[in-house]
Amino acid sequence: MENVGVCDEFVNLKATELRLGLPGTEDGCEEEKQKVSCIKSNKRALPEPEKNNESKTETASPPKAQIVGWPPVRSYRKNNIQTKKNESEGQGMYVKVSMDGAPYLRKIDLTVYKQYPELMKSLENMFKFSVGEYFEREGYKGSEFVPTYEDKDGDWMLVGDVPWEMFVSSCKRLRIMKGSEVKGLGCGV
Amino acid sequence: MDRRFPFKVLEHIFSFLDANEDRNSVSLVCKSWFETERRTRKRVFVGNCYAVNPLKVARRFPKMRSLTLKGKPHFADYNLVPDGWGGYAWPWIEAMAARRPLLEEIRLKRMVVTDECLEKIAASFRDFKTLVLTSCEGFSTDGIAAIASTCRKLRDLELRECNVDDLGGDWLSYFPETSTSLVSLDFSCLDSEIKLSDLERLLSRSPNLKSLKLNRSVTLDVLEGLLRRAPQLVELGTGSFSDELDPEEISKLTKALSELKQLKSLSGLWDLLPEYIPVLYSVCPRLTSLNLSYATVQMPDLVDLLSRCSKLQKLWVMDMIEDKGLKTVALCCKELRELRVFPSGADLDEEDVALTEQGLVSVSEGCKKLESVLYFCVQFTNAALVTIAKNRPNFRCFRLCVMEPFAPDYRTQQPLDEGFKAIVERCKDLRRLSVSGLLTDKAFEYIGVHAKKLRMLSIAFAGDSDLMLHHLLSGCESLKKLEIRDCPFGDTALLENAAKLETMRSLWMSSCFVSFGACKQLSQKMPRLNVEVIDEHPPKTRPDSSPVERIYIYRTVAGPRQDTPEFVWTIHKNPEVGVSRLSTR
Repeated sequence: MENVGVCDEFVNLKATELRLGLPGTEDGCEEEKQKVSCIKSNKRALPEPEKNNESKTETASPPKAQIVGWPPVRSYRKNNIQTKKNESEGQGMYVKVSMDGAPYLRKIDLTVYKQYPELMKSLENMFKFSVGEYFEREGYKGSEFVPTYEDKDGDWMLVGDVPWEMFVSSCKRLRIMKGSEVKGLGCGV
Repeated sequence: MDRRFPFKVLEHIFSFLDANEDRNSVSLVCKSWFETERRTRKRVFVGNCYAVNPLKVARRFPKMRSLTLKGKPHFADYNLVPDGWGGYAWPWIEAMAARRPLLEEIRLKRMVVTDECLEKIAASFRDFKTLVLTSCEGFSTDGIAAIASTCRKLRDLELRECNVDDLGGDWLSYFPETSTSLVSLDFSCLDSEIKLSDLERLLSRSPNLKSLKLNRSVTLDVLEGLLRRAPQLVELGTGSFSDELDPEEISKLTKALSELKQLKSLSGLWDLLPEYIPVLYSVCPRLTSLNLSYATVQMPDLVDLLSRCSKLQKLWVMDMIEDKGLKTVALCCKELRELRVFPSGADLDEEDVALTEQGLVSVSEGCKKLESVLYFCVQFTNAALVTIAKNRPNFRCFRLCVMEPFAPDYRTQQPLDEGFKAIVERCKDLRRLSVSGLLTDKAFEYIGVHAKKLRMLSIAFAGDSDLMLHHLLSGCESLKKLEIRDCPFGDTALLENAAKLETMRSLWMSSCFVSFGACKQLSQKMPRLNVEVIDEHPPKTRPDSSPVERIYIYRTVAGPRQDTPEFVWTIHKNPEVGVSRLSTR
């Protein structure tokens, strides 16, 4: 197995290569510290997967050798599939949502949201209620509905108490509680 | 002898010519035919927006009603073309707005379209009917709102896989309050939520709507209500198919789907849950087109669905279908013409690869009408390719992506030369081919000898030397588009076959061994080619022998373009000048 670093001229070029990618896509291009250009120098060997420079980020499984634009799948499709990969790894991305008094459950994908306000808006739309205002020390005020969630440890927490990323990775399911039940919940971390 | 057909007679005869290739041929016969043809052409297609000047096109075709343009090279789809390369729609829109106000249809692919463009379209073409944007970028939902509100005769508004600055779902409320003339609406690539009431009301007042493609944010629980308002749909792209429904909702949705008596095409189905497959049973027997490429369902569920789709002609699916699933397709979908199997992103290291070459072999055996394939697979064999070629000599489009670069036949460790030889030898009508896996120059010799009707060829990580390119350029008579990445060939073949390049639309090469010096020579030799060097560093600062990272060569009668960014260098025809960057943007 030959290391691609054989082609000297190309090493220099590679170091200064343009970074590619449509604005806003996260298909791994920013994470690639090195772009492997698999030009062989007349040797018919497979390129060594370059493990040294690869940054292990939150993308689920480390790919073999990160080659720009390979396999040739459109960014649009890659982005959609990436989401799926995360889900199937069981990191709690899809969670059930129930609301006290409503006869049905919903399922939502937490990775679709970027922060709490978006999530709240979506829940409000879904269940046709309004959640009131969140105060750090006192929880939700101004509505009888309170969004809560069960975390990895089985504890019921108030939605909004922990930083968003922590919430997304630890939330197992959501429950919109109503009225008196709420008082039992502690607020704040 | 001076016999000329009267203009009116010629005009009448030409009115039967639809295909632009025929019209192009006809226009070359003599001056009067050129004149007659140009006055009668309604549908204009420009495969490379930089090949010709927009004003000239506008002037040439006074009866133009439909314009189709393509911008960036195909490899832009895979992030090989840096942002800002070009492909701006504005000069075209501006030219048409000034001279062809009766233009009704605009279709753009891989172009940069701004809100300004969209507003100009809305303001300039009073009978505007059709806007189809594929893989475009640069605009926001504000631009869409302008189209929706101003184009009163709008029939088609389709955003296919575009990169849109999504400012929210308000644009949907901008359609005229009275009944609309909408026939197709595709907003599947937008991210944000739309207001359900806006959409419901739009459907209720769009009696002609035949094709509706929702975006992912449209949840499953509202689908039934939407379908009740549009039972005449022929094409449906659902939103998300994963929200939980109670039994009553499920039953209502099932009924609503079964009422779509004209439905032929189904797509969307994002995150389809297995428990909802039965909901789709009623539409399956009628379907001719099914896109499951965003549905993360496993093989048994796919089989459940596909075994009911006996009329299916087009199937897009992910590799979860596995060989077993494709065997079912081979048994049940006898009308299949097009198959695409996409990678689901499963780790390439996995031992239990359940989609192999066998899947494609099965389909090639069972589906006698199959003519177009896109197949992603980890590895392949020559034997499989030979069998596939024997089974299906009627392939027109064969794109095989062996995902492991340089992967040989995994049984024999031989290159896949013989396999692809069989494909090009037997499939005499092959128009489009993508090759992959371990390939030597021999493979390209075979392609050059046999693939006489081939128009588009894509190559990655292949070949040994210059000979590869030489075989292709000297052999493939019909070649129009060639795109190559990471192949070890250099200057000689390119310069020897320079004349060929003017018969082609374009040639893309990246990460090959083409030198800057050769680019200069080529450009000076061929006056009607634009030789664009895409490189971060000014080629002037490096020796002529240094290889160039990316080049894009295309024929043009419009000269070097004026809108290149800093990293694109058009090689000047005058050797004294060297490279120019006539950037006025």
